[in-house]
Amino acid sequence: MGRYLVRRCLYGLLVLVGVNLLTFALFFTVNTPDDMARLNIGGKRVTQDQIDKWKAERGYDKPLYLNAKETGLRQVTNTVFWERSVSLFALQFGRSDASGASDIGHEIGERMVVSLQLAVPLFVLQVIASVGFALVLVFFKNSRIDFWGVVLCVLMLSISSLFYIIVGQFLFSRVLKLVPISGWAGGLDAVRFLALPVLLSLLSRLGTEGRLYRAMFLEEIGRDYVRTARAKGLGEAVVLGRHVLRNALIPIITSAGSYLPYVFLGSLVFESFFGIPGLGAYAIEAISGQDFAIVRSMVFIGSLLYVASYVLVDVAYTWVDPRVRLQ
Amino acid sequence: MMWPKLVLLWSDVAVLLLVVALGFVAWRVRGDAQRRRDWLKVFRQPAALCSAVVLGVFLLVAVADSLHFRRTLPAAGGNAVAYATRVESVLDVVLDPLVRGREVTYSAPLASRAFAKATVGTERAYPRLLHGGAHLGDDTTERTRDVLVRALGGLVAGALAAGACALAVGWWTMGRAGYARARRGETAVPWGAALITVTALGALVGAVVSLAPHYHVLGTDRTGNDVLYQALKSVRTAFVIGTLSTLATLPLAVGLGIVAGYFRGWVDEAVQYLYTVLSSIPNVLLIAACVLMMQVFLDTHPELFETGAERADIRLFLLCVILGLTGWAGLCRLVRAETLKLRELEYVQAATAFGVGPWRIMARHVFPNVMHLVVISTVLDFSALVLYEAVLSYVGVGVDPTMNSFGGMINLARSEMSRDPVVWWSFAAAFGFMVSLVLVANLFADGVRDAFDPRARVFRARRPGTAKETA
Repeated sequence: MGRYLVRRCLYGLLVLVGVNLLTFALFFTVNTPDDMARLNIGGKRVTQDQIDKWKAERGYDKPLYLNAKETGLRQVTNTVFWERSVSLFALQFGRSDASGASDIGHEIGERMVVSLQLAVPLFVLQVIASVGFALVLVFFKNSRIDFWGVVLCVLMLSISSLFYIIVGQFLFSRVLKLVPISGWAGGLDAVRFLALPVLLSLLSRLGTEGRLYRAMFLEEIGRDYVRTARAKGLGEAVVLGRHVLRNALIPIITSAGSYLPYVFLGSLVFESFFGIPGLGAYAIEAISGQDFAIVRSMVFIGSLLYVASYVLVDVAYTWVDPRVRLQ
Repeated sequence: MMWPKLVLLWSDVAVLLLVVALGFVAWRVRGDAQRRRDWLKVFRQPAALCSAVVLGVFLLVAVADSLHFRRTLPAAGGNAVAYATRVESVLDVVLDPLVRGREVTYSAPLASRAFAKATVGTERAYPRLLHGGAHLGDDTTERTRDVLVRALGGLVAGALAAGACALAVGWWTMGRAGYARARRGETAVPWGAALITVTALGALVGAVVSLAPHYHVLGTDRTGNDVLYQALKSVRTAFVIGTLSTLATLPLAVGLGIVAGYFRGWVDEAVQYLYTVLSSIPNVLLIAACVLMMQVFLDTHPELFETGAERADIRLFLLCVILGLTGWAGLCRLVRAETLKLRELEYVQAATAFGVGPWRIMARHVFPNVMHLVVISTVLDFSALVLYEAVLSYVGVGVDPTMNSFGGMINLARSEMSRDPVVWWSFAAAFGFMVSLVLVANLFADGVRDAFDPRARVFRARRPGTAKETA
């Protein structure tokens, strides 16, 4: 298993290199730094002096790949590619493009704590709620509850998450005045600000996941061991709770694992709607402020988490199913 | 009379080609017994059939909104013909009363008076609207009755007209005997359900048509524009994004998937690496990065477009391309896995034994057999992309702000919902249109998946007691 994990991590590293090359090509060769400077300074008449100054302040005036003016190793290191792309692997994100430049690494560290406070409870509750809902539907299969439950799922998954947010904020914050509309406070106060986003995010994904898990459980129910369990006289609740649920863990982990990167990255839309200063909101601010340095860093972090979560999911497989051997 | 100048925007071409392609596929399906059976399986399900009818109406709106032209301006002396700078579509002409019936600012649905008080003479009062309910003498007493009469009249007339049309078409296509069988519910396709859908749609459209010239059925927005008009215009944006983006994924997904699965070895490794890299970047961020770069590109190349509409359209078109280029990993994975299985089958081995080249095998023997995956993923992705557009527009990397879209409507509605008193109708309109579009797309997609995926274990929930279905 150790060797497998090492191989998997090395492949992940290779993927990250690919991601980095792709982002670099996208950000520096599709458009030149001059174009970006022009966009960032804004306005119709931008002089070349302004552009040069903007580039020099952020180190974009260096050559892209090879600095001919330097000697030795500095030929490679004193370039945009090294400073803006290779250095990401050392988690050196540099400064953001905005004029009041802040250190991206510091910002990410602070915001990740906030994002985790939203995402971890959400992730746990999400799995519990979806699995629970699906189990109820399966328990009552071929009945009215199952039918209308699936109808509800299809209806719910046809509604954009933005609608949930707007209606939820309107209903719970404006009309009922149960929780603040948006904002953030540290410590225990955070619960007041987190309750609504967690609830709404839960609802907005319940339709998709409930239906998915229901199908998975029904597939398991057709298997022989379920018939055996029933034949020995076990009640339906025990069959579902003890046998089916445990055997369905692998597909559940696969589906929940694909969501894992967003646990760390924060839910982009929910954070920004509820004014929670996490990573998701950071990314959205960067996109609307056209701060390319932050967007690049977030892309890197996102892929890093994706790769990491896949390794984690693999490990989780061996944990829930001893038959799975990673080689 | 001078003919208006036709304007063929990029996405128009795509939409029109799409319609032509749909027609071509339908014609091919008619001639192919196997495919006809597959599609019959789709339409045998009442939910899928009814959704297809509703989708057809949305498609009609989208196509009408894709035929663009610029009006000729009255000649200002000399012989040169001048064209208006505004690009209009056929839908704009149909909805002309809505475009021209512009109010000053917010007004509630079916209102005859403004939403906010204004000073009239010496006192503050709700002023009458410029167009909404302008034909009424004393609007306070007459409005409710007028609205009800018009709505009911339109409802009945629309339902009757639509129902009669549907019956006539049925009679004409199926002949007397077939028609009688359909009436008794003996045909494979549940025509009765389709008839009910058509009639209900007719009633709805009839009521709106009879009200629209005199009222703002869904109210007006902050600048006094009709919300119904915006919602209808947004349908095209949603349609273009939903269809074009999936189409843009197809060449890469299918091509690379088949090649990887067929050749295996290093080709397979390379393709897998490629799509792992792409899918490891969080989707929204990747799209945002691409769109930001596209914006820079468009800003530095203003010579590519003549009018604002053309700029917005290029942006929409490129957004679809970006969505396609970033979203092919999922389908590619499926196609690759399917090809890996197909290449071991006897008929492929027989072809190899006969000395058929690899490219020919892929084109003739593998490609047709992965088509069901393509069909399924195309219809499944449609609704997901329509939902995605709203999120992207919220993030600020969606369609051009000047272009009507559901995402744009929701974005504006967000601030309107926090006003006091609440301006709810833009939100409700976007909600209603978007949910119905996505819902019918989802239902249709489910039907297609059930019919086309041979291995799909269908766990369709059934209403208890419908013996015919459970059998």
